Amino acid sequence: MVSRKPLVRRLAAIGALALGLVACSTQDHSHAVYMLIDTSGTYAAEARRAQTIVNYLLGTLQPGDALAVAKVDSRSFSEKSIIAKATFDRRPSEANNQKRAFKTAIDNFVQGVRASAHTDITGGVIQAAEFLNETRAGNKTLLIFSDMQEELDKNTVRDFPIDLRGIRVVAINVVKLRTDNVDPRRYMGRLEWWERRVRDAGAIDWQVINDFDHLQRVVLR
Amino acid sequence: MTTNWQSWLFWPDKPALSLLILVLILLPFMYASRVPVHGLIHSVARAAANGLRLTSRWLRAGAEELRARNKAMLLAHAEEEVGSRLEREFELAADSVRRDLQDFPAVGRKLKDAVTQIEEDFRLTGEVPPPPPEWVDAVESVSQMKSAGSEMLQGILEEIHKSVQKMHDKMVTEFRRAYENRHKLLRTMLPHWRAAEKLVGEAETKLLTLQKNAAAIDSQMLQYREIARRTDKAAKSQIHSSFVRFFVAGLVMLIALGGAFINFKLIALPMSEMVGASDYVTASLRTSEVAALVLIFVEASMGLFLLEALGITHLFPRISSMDDRMRCRMIWISLTLLIVLATIEASLALMRDLLIADKQALIRDLASSSVQAAQAGDKWLTTIPTAGQMILGFVLPFALAFVAIPLEAFVNSGRTVVGAGLVLLLRMLALFARLLATACRQLGRGLAMLYDVPISPFLLAENAIRGMRTNGAGAGRTAAAAPPVP
Repeated sequence: MVSRKPLVRRLAAIGALALGLVACSTQDHSHAVYMLIDTSGTYAAEARRAQTIVNYLLGTLQPGDALAVAKVDSRSFSEKSIIAKATFDRRPSEANNQKRAFKTAIDNFVQGVRASAHTDITGGVIQAAEFLNETRAGNKTLLIFSDMQEELDKNTVRDFPIDLRGIRVVAINVVKLRTDNVDPRRYMGRLEWWERRVRDAGAIDWQVINDFDHLQRVVLR
Repeated sequence: MTTNWQSWLFWPDKPALSLLILVLILLPFMYASRVPVHGLIHSVARAAANGLRLTSRWLRAGAEELRARNKAMLLAHAEEEVGSRLEREFELAADSVRRDLQDFPAVGRKLKDAVTQIEEDFRLTGEVPPPPPEWVDAVESVSQMKSAGSEMLQGILEEIHKSVQKMHDKMVTEFRRAYENRHKLLRTMLPHWRAAEKLVGEAETKLLTLQKNAAAIDSQMLQYREIARRTDKAAKSQIHSSFVRFFVAGLVMLIALGGAFINFKLIALPMSEMVGASDYVTASLRTSEVAALVLIFVEASMGLFLLEALGITHLFPRISSMDDRMRCRMIWISLTLLIVLATIEASLALMRDLLIADKQALIRDLASSSVQAAQAGDKWLTTIPTAGQMILGFVLPFALAFVAIPLEAFVNSGRTVVGAGLVLLLRMLALFARLLATACRQLGRGLAMLYDVPISPFLLAENAIRGMRTNGAGAGRTAAAAPPVP
């Protein structure tokens, strides 16, 4: 007669393996992307290019992922700055409908975009960090579609440390200003300053993408 | 700063000289400890060699035991298989005998009737018409009468001639009628002949079928006897057929695996609509993919149970030993579940098509400046792949159900193949251990010789001294043994 003990042991091993698999599954594979669109001064004209990136994101993100698009204006630390946001449904068909609605909202925004007097990038970044942390997604990405030139009004306070732990930060379409052309060190210095600030805030990565052919680096799969 | 090994050198800047001096110092010690070092080397080599030889012997014994067990198992299985085949042949023969030979008395009776009828007809055809009446003698008597010049006699004779002519005509007519009757009788014999011929032909065919069955039974019986005698020839033949079956079943299962892969591709995407597309079981395995796999496995299991209940496969003895009523219930349950699952798959295939179309429409929307309704193309062109997918989704589960047959063959023959492979592996390991043991012994000898190389001057000196001593002692002994000179 075959002993039952090895069978019990085998079953226990299979159970442990299954538990291990379940433990693995607790890791969240979803993506959350927050995109800041600079609408200050002459950069507002670049909004149409931002639309391309949003469309790319809509085509890339999967059901269960989250996407929010907000504008950077004079004071960006506000829910009012958010143009559209959505956590896509787990069902692909419903997620597709949400994406269509999202695209419509962005199209409307681009058609009626107005240039703001100041550029509060830090406020937008803080707002983005809040949103991204709330999603509890496994991969959090902050896209900053801006020339990275921050211009605050005198009453706005943003010179304090920010928290970007667990967030990838990608600056897109960082165009060169007229002054940068005169002295390129200003451009380099601006990017270095932001990189230092972002890394000091605990961001897991900092990237600059100016060529739209490299958009696949925006959402890492 | 000098390294650790350099601290052993007398002159670190002259390592060669320092090493030479070190070796020279070491040599007397090496010579002094030659015997124990040799002993140590030999004992270590012997221990390793003996251990390896023991291992080799143990592995060979294990291989032999495994081979014997494999042979016993294989032959037992083959005996069972051939036994069941033989049983089936006997059943076929019994059916044939029951079906064909039970009609034989009737056939015999029919044949007998036909033969009796033929005999009767033949007898009748043999009957000749009665001989002519006595008027022949009367004609002879009349012919002997003297008729010279007698008109009366002439008249009588003419009358007789007329009567005879009349009688002759009548007789000829009678004769012809009799022959006609005989021909008719012979014609009526023809169907009886044909019926008899047909009956004989049928009996011959049935007997030939029986003969074939008997030949098949003989062949199976021969094989059964061979297996029952547990001969090596039978075992070899079974191993060979097991290998063939293993590879054929493996090939069929590979094909089935291809079918399962297509099935998986067909339902993995729409499954995300049911269980969600964002859940993962592992880093790269989605829950929807696992669900699709589970569905395929459930279908294969249902097919397995169905074939098991139908008695086509015998993987589960519990199902085989069920009574007919329970088995019938099981057949219906598994068939119903299989149909339900196939219908679900067909629906999923349809949903897949819809999802892909929706995704394409979305990508088109994203590429265009405004959201547009999905454009309807040629209806026929879009319907054909959809219908094809739905049919595939419905048919594939049933096709996969038949994988139980090669699976059974694969499992049964796999036991033999794996057993044979294990025996081969054990034998190879035994051979390797044996070779290693020999290598260890030779290595011990080589090391001992290598040890002697640097101290060879000492050994030569020792041999020389020993030789001189032996010669001196021999000369002394010779001198002592020599008779005194008078």
